Amino acid sequence: MQHETSHVNDAHHYDDHAAGVHVVPLQVLAGIFVALLALTYVTVAVTSIDLGSFNLWIALGVATVKGALVVLYFMHLRYDSPFNSIVFITAFVFLFLFLGIVIMDSVAYQPAVYELTPTP
Amino acid sequence: MSETSEQNDAVGHDEHPPWLAHHFDTPDQQAASAKLGMWTFLLTEILFFSGLFCAYAVFRRNHPEIFFDGHHFLNTALGATNTAVLLLSSFTMAWGVRCAQLGQRRGLIVTLTATLLCALVFLGIKYTEYKVKWEHHMVPGQGRIEALFGVQPEGEGTVPGEPAPRGFHPDIEYVVEHLREADQEAGVRVIAESVYQAELEQRAQYLGTFFGIYFCLTGLHAIHVICGIIAITWILRRAVRNEFSPQYFAPVDCVGLYWHLVDLIWIYLFPLLYLIH
Repeated sequence: MQHETSHVNDAHHYDDHAAGVHVVPLQVLAGIFVALLALTYVTVAVTSIDLGSFNLWIALGVATVKGALVVLYFMHLRYDSPFNSIVFITAFVFLFLFLGIVIMDSVAYQPAVYELTPTP
Repeated sequence: MSETSEQNDAVGHDEHPPWLAHHFDTPDQQAASAKLGMWTFLLTEILFFSGLFCAYAVFRRNHPEIFFDGHHFLNTALGATNTAVLLLSSFTMAWGVRCAQLGQRRGLIVTLTATLLCALVFLGIKYTEYKVKWEHHMVPGQGRIEALFGVQPEGEGTVPGEPAPRGFHPDIEYVVEHLREADQEAGVRVIAESVYQAELEQRAQYLGTFFGIYFCLTGLHAIHVICGIIAITWILRRAVRNEFSPQYFAPVDCVGLYWHLVDLIWIYLFPLLYLIH
């Protein structure tokens, strides 16, 4: 009986405290939003400057910074259980593996494809 | 022995709040399990989109000129506006999760409504963009889609009485005119007009590859936005019914995570499709 009583007390215990979560301050959320808008402006502006093949990498780099801000602050990953980060990063490991190997393969056989293309 | 366990079971069933599932010990454990499940789902979502990003990467690697031609047909101002709208919706969603954590019911209802409005504006802008493409027959397989819905196909390559043609049959005059303008802006020198005209027509045909990838990527993203609207509406209904508290807000948290992922994918789609140099 003693054990059961303590169990009952446990059941009521969590009514008086918030679950162990991190509340992100509103100023931080607003700051991230402004930073995201500014980076969007940067990525549009930099497109009109000719930097050769660097344009693509700058666009992807800015997108990655924006994505990191969204994931770390809006999605709380910075304050969250590290296990969730491992799950999320795993997705990108397999994404890079997939894209990397397919692009390598495609680059390797592309000359053969051009040879096969009939000329009109 | 068995009597004791029966008694424990009875205690378990009676003494947990309705929002705490019986098989969890504490609200923290329940919330952490929900979030882990959600992150695992987001992992599958990234891999789901990765197939289309792979198609993009392979075709752009091998035929960059098609992507450069294609991006002239997308409206950067509308794309940038849509990016800002989606970022705003992400901000209001994150704010909503904060309201839920603090038990601010009114704030949660207002921020979720704002998020829904942004999602609808996004789809509205997307619709106007798609409409222009549709009017110029720039949707691959458009003839077949029109036939499916009982509309008489009118695009190029349509023979009356015959089944609608497969593939990409754009409004050639419009596309060629547009490519010519883009070339002039880029300062391309034309030597022989007849050769140039034939080359422009060929380039117009190749755009099918770009628009196939464009519609699959943005279309799949738009489907996710629609699913997000449904999920946020469900959360909003529950918020109005006052079902959330600082102890129980995991559904708001999980729908928020999903919505941020939709935003994250658009953050990559915008420069990859609209901002090609």
